[in-house]
Parts: sequence; structure tokens; C-alpha cells
Amino acid sequence: MIITKAKPTQDVLDMLGNVKKVLLTGCGECSTTCRTGGVEELDAMEKFLTENGYEVVGKCVPQLSCNKNLMKRELKAFKDSGYEAVVVMSCGDGTQTVAGLVDSPVYPANDTMFLGEIERLTLFSEACRMCGDCVLGKTGGVCPITKCAKSLVNGPCGGAKNGKCETNPDVECGWILIYDKLKKLGQLDKLYVANDDKGYKKNLYPMTINLKEDAANE
Amino acid sequence: MSNLQKALESGKFAITAEMAPPKGVDFSHQIAVVEQLRGKVDACNVTDYQSSSLKASSIGLCIKLIQLGIEPVLQMTGRDRSRMAIQGDFMAAAAFGIENILALTGDHPTVGDCPESKPVYDLDSVGILRAAVQLTTGFDCGGNKLDGAAPYYYLGACTTPVYDPVELQLMKMKKKIDAGAKFFQTQGVYEAEPMKPFMEMAEKYGVYLMAGIIPCKTAAMAKYMSNNVPGIRVPEYQIERLKAAAAKVPADDPNVKKLKAAVQEAEGITMSAEFLAELKEKGLCHGAHIMAIGAEENVPKILAEAGF
Ligand code: SF4
Ligand code: SF4
Repeated sequence: MIITKAKPTQDVLDMLGNVKKVLLTGCGECSTTCRTGGVEELDAMEKFLTENGYEVVGKCVPQLSCNKNLMKRELKAFKDSGYEAVVVMSCGDGTQTVAGLVDSPVYPANDTMFLGEIERLTLFSEACRMCGDCVLGKTGGVCPITKCAKSLVNGPCGGAKNGKCETNPDVECGWILIYDKLKKLGQLDKLYVANDDKGYKKNLYPMTINLKEDAANE
Repeated sequence: MSNLQKALESGKFAITAEMAPPKGVDFSHQIAVVEQLRGKVDACNVTDYQSSSLKASSIGLCIKLIQLGIEPVLQMTGRDRSRMAIQGDFMAAAAFGIENILALTGDHPTVGDCPESKPVYDLDSVGILRAAVQLTTGFDCGGNKLDGAAPYYYLGACTTPVYDPVELQLMKMKKKIDAGAKFFQTQGVYEAEPMKPFMEMAEKYGVYLMAGIIPCKTAAMAKYMSNNVPGIRVPEYQIERLKAAAAKVPADDPNVKKLKAAVQEAEGITMSAEFLAELKEKGLCHGAHIMAIGAEENVPKILAEAGF
């Protein structure tokens, strides 16, 4: 899931400036779970903007804000509402989907933080930095690129103290997690295989993936 | 061949010290330290933004040391440089006669004084060693041929004997050996026991182990390091020994603060010297790397007391 955090509301006012009529959009998936772009958050934003002199002319929480076709259909309903700007309460991807579909300025209400897992309803933790070359098979299913603050691929630095990372005494050292997991799995021998460093060629952006073309090339 | 390589390979108990470049452009303190170390050490490490604190660059001070006639060990971390920049610095280093290289991961920028800096870590310490070896074959990381002669390096790395689980450090040491490290300098150690498996590893693979020695200046510093610095454990009895030294200063002496500091520093020097002699006697290292952290004038004192 894409984890988002709401920007300070003052930032939204600063971005909107002196337009009057505003459209609010959210996202039914990630941002609803993160409580940054579900029905309740849109209602709260409407109230806040109204108190600050804006008129919210429409609100919608599509199933996914990052699906272009779906978003296009959703936005049709507001074609004649007279909005002068859109405040998007989704991730940066969903915001850009909207921005590509409307002619008015589009402003993000959220900061997009990471790809993570839902540990419980209110706790999200980062698990994958989408490096384009997954090594989880060698590391007991614990990601060294994400769980090690330096993304080291060949084992730990000397910086752990009491099992915690040098960057943050509240965070476990990723390599000690990997060690514990491999030990449990009886795969400690995997530690001794030097990982060729992955390079960054597989991680150049912006990327696109075309399933049809890929299939044709196979 | 560098002095350091000669010393280690000849079976002499090799000694290195360490100094940091200035925060600024005035090298006069470092030049004074060179005179204190001259003739006493086989080589001197120059730190690479140690503790992620922004200073003049390591390579700059290494060149200065070459000019002053004392052999440097260029510390190279992956924190601030891509593989291109690392290999570029290595080539420049060789052009100035710098052969000894110590490959390090590097402390994270967030622990230092420039925390907004981008953590690079394009290569880890294993990758840095490989990048240096690659240059010695006459090619760069892209497989492109270098013009002219290939450089020569004497490659080292570090290891942290006091670490839980210690197997992780031993594993990484093995990978560094495989990647080309010929000598190892350890994080500061205060007990002989943790050195054993590392010395066994070194002997098994024919590389050299230099014990890291950080003299304690005061009991408070010892305690602080033990509690806060990764890889450092100063046993309680050693902290007590420093305290006991301080307690001998009469409380009514007008210079009590200064005197307490001085006797503790002297005791710390003696403790380092005793420990060094013990390690040598027990055959637990091939040399020592003394990190005096700003009090480099103490390096010759430690060596003299240890009987070197
Ligand atoms: S190695 Fe880590 S960052 Fe890369 S794809 Fe796998 S989980 Fe994601
Ligand atoms: S302490 Fe562990 S998690 Fe933190 S940077 Fe070092 S190896 Fe990575």
C-alpha cells in the first residue's frame, strides 16, 4: 500500500490562493486506509475550506485515484460545477492522474511517504523501496534495501548498538533481522555468498511497463 | 610497496595512527601532528568525514602527508560518493603516491553535522574494495580501459570484534577478504578475548589484523563511549581504574579539576600500553591502530610505555 500523510492544512490554503470554487477528490484504497483521503477526511477538508472562505462545489472518493479511466468517469459528474481548482487527497500518483485529466490547477493535500505494510489499523511500516531487482530470496524475506538504513547488500556496517540501527535507537538493525531470520530458516550459508552490487540501471526513472508489448516480445 | 605493507608482511608489529582533516582550510595542527608521529608509526590513517562531520577531504590531507614525507592510509567511505567518484579519487590518489586504502561503509549522514546530506552508498565496503581491485587490472567499473599504467593499492578494511551476533562481522570480514582486503583495522577494543575469532580468520586467510586502540581520557569518556558508541565496550573494572586514579588527587588542591583530568589521561595511556603489550604477547593481532582522537601526542607515549 502507498502510505500518505496529510500536509499541514495551511499549506493547502497557500496553494489555493485566491480561487473561490474547489473540487475535492480522495481515494477509496490507500488514502482511505491511511485516513488521508477517505469520506471522513474529505468532509473535514470541506469544513475547513468553507471556514476559510472557499466554496467546495463537489467531492468524490473514487475506488482508485490512480486509475486513469476510472478517474475520468468520476470527474465527468463535476464538469459543470464551475470548480477553479482541485485539491487531491490521495498519493502523488493519484494527484497526477487527476492533474492529467483536468484543465484547472491541481493541488496535493498529502505527502506521499512510502510503500509499506499495514501492521495494524493505525501503524504502517516501510517494507519495499521498489529497487527493481528483488533480493528477498537471499535474505530470508527481510529487505536489506529498505530495512537497512544504508541499503547495504553484503551484511551490516559496524553501527548497530544493542541490535538497533545507528540512525535510530528505536529501529532494529535490518541486517540483524536478516541474520535472525536466516538462522531460523537454516539458511545462514546464504550470508556468505557475496552479492554483486546491483547497480542502478534497473532503477532508472520514469519507468513504464507495457504488458502487451512484454508478451509480444517473449 | 608501501611501508605498511612491508611492515605487516615482514612480520614486524605494525603501528598506524589516525588523524582527521580540519574543519576549515588551515592544516597547521595536522602538520604539527605529523612531527609528533614521524618515525613512530608505519602509516597514518586520514579519516573521511568521520562521524559524518564535514571536514576538509581525506584525499587532500593524504596528499599533504605525502608531501611531508609520512605515509597515509586513505580512508574511503561510500556515504558521499558514487562508484564513479570513488574510482576517480582512487586514480588521483595513486597519481600522488597514495597506496594504502581503507574501505569503509561510512556513518550515516543523519548522525553528523550535515544531516540534510544525501546518503549515497552506491557501493558498500565490499563494493569499494572491488572497485579498487578493478582499477588495478587496468579497467574501470564500466569495463573501460585506463590510459597508461594500472595503479597499485594495498587494500584494507575494518571490522568490529565486539558485536552481537559476532558471526555477522566475521561473515562480512570474509567477504572483504574475498573482495581483496589484505589488512584489517578493528574498532576500538579493550579486552583480548573478542579478538580471538578475528585473529583466527586473519591467520586462516593470510591477511593481517591490527587491533584498534582508543586510549580513554577520563572515566566519564570511557563510560560514555561504552554506552553510546557502536562496537565499543569498556569493562567496568577499567572505568573503576580511571576513577581510582582521579580519586588520588587531593580534593582541596586548587587545580583539582585539571589534575584529575591529567592523571586519568596518564592512566588511560598506561592502560592502552598494557593492553597493547598483552595483545602482542598473546599473538592476537599483527599490529595496532591507535586512534587518539585529537590527542595524537599521546601515541608515542603509549608506544614507549608498551616497550615498542
Ligand atoms: S529487494 Fe527490497 S526493495 Fe528491492 S524489490 Fe525486493 S523488497 Fe523491494
Ligand atoms: S546499523 Fe544495521 S540497519 Fe543500520 S545502517 Fe548499519 S547495517 Fe544497516
